[in-house]
Amino acid sequence: MCDTCGCNITPGNEHLVRGDGPLARTADGRAAVTVLQCLLTENDHQAAHNREHFDQHGTLTLNLMSSPGAGKTSLLEATIDALGGRLRIAVIEGDLETENDAVRIRAKGVPAIQIATGSACHLDAHMVHAALHNLDLDGIDILFIENVGNLVCPASFDLGQHRNVTLISVPEGDDKPAKYPVMFRAADLVLCTKSDLLPLLPEFQPESAERYLRNLASSAPFAVLSTRGPGHLEPWLEWLQEELTAQRARLEQGLTTKSGGQSAGARLHTTEAGGHTHHHHGHVHGHHHDHHHS
Amino acid sequence: MHELSICQSLLDQVEGIARQHGASRVERILLQVGPLAGLEPALLMSAWPLAATGTVAETAKLVIEPAPVRVSCLDCHAESAATPNRLLCASCGGFRTRLISGDELLLARVELTIPDATTNPDG
Repeated sequence: MCDTCGCNITPGNEHLVRGDGPLARTADGRAAVTVLQCLLTENDHQAAHNREHFDQHGTLTLNLMSSPGAGKTSLLEATIDALGGRLRIAVIEGDLETENDAVRIRAKGVPAIQIATGSACHLDAHMVHAALHNLDLDGIDILFIENVGNLVCPASFDLGQHRNVTLISVPEGDDKPAKYPVMFRAADLVLCTKSDLLPLLPEFQPESAERYLRNLASSAPFAVLSTRGPGHLEPWLEWLQEELTAQRARLEQGLTTKSGGQSAGARLHTTEAGGHTHHHHGHVHGHHHDHHHS
Repeated sequence: MHELSICQSLLDQVEGIARQHGASRVERILLQVGPLAGLEPALLMSAWPLAATGTVAETAKLVIEPAPVRVSCLDCHAESAATPNRLLCASCGGFRTRLISGDELLLARVELTIPDATTNPDG
């Protein structure tokens, strides 16, 4: 959602801007200022700057979200092994406490910065910005931001990433998308992890999980994988390569993109995802489609 | 539980608007929060006084207006009401819909007492 082009005026609030204009007067004589500004403007502004920083380095940035223990760090370890150095990776880890996850990633020879959020339940764009001061993105193809394990708050904060990847692990139950619609609606890719446990947990039906996802009007790809044994990581690795290729093609045209499935803002502009471009002027847009760099 | 950080951000915006208009007091703040915004209005209401105490908005009345969840179908073009975890078209049942209302997270309106303006409405 942005504050410049009118896309934040919805059928639910247009009565506020109709009529007596932005600075009207209430019955008892107070000045009434119509604002219609997103409450996350400050965060979104910083996120846009982070995204420009990633784009300047040609880095594709992915925000990994899931509940705690769904296997985000294990997925990153397996991904680093499977890529075998073909792509250059860096990782920002978000947890309330400890350096444990960053230590696991560094053990694979990949640079990792740990953000300890204290009691904060999510990463925000400012925390990521601070971490970027300690991370050299030169030559980095993909930056993974492993968000705090939480299916609620991280969905609301843009970090500057290009895509959101949301994990749902088999032991969690297949109705997670129905229970946490805000999170799963924001996903550009949903990975069903720990598929090696499917024989033990027949109540988890990957088809049900995908159906709950489609009920959110999401067309995000849904892939089932495991980081153990023959884990079927190929669709995930192919997706990474495709996204990296797409990111490079965008950069060549001076475009950027923002994650978020069919999130706010896109709705009043276009009837189909994509195909709509915006000038990249350092302010936020909630569109899941391409933007021009200025 | 990110409602307190959103309150802080809200306060920054409200203080900016109050300053810009030379207001002595913020009287009322109207937010619009849809069910798909990822924000719990009740938690926001209880977190607000913690953020606002000692500021120009200390005595402001915070009002949160809900927004309906509505989708528009990309296939049959029908507009219909939906629920947060079932955003399908009510007319054709398809999932290719776009949300037209329901994820608002907006500061909609701020009402201020402006010392000069009350004595001279045109000034």
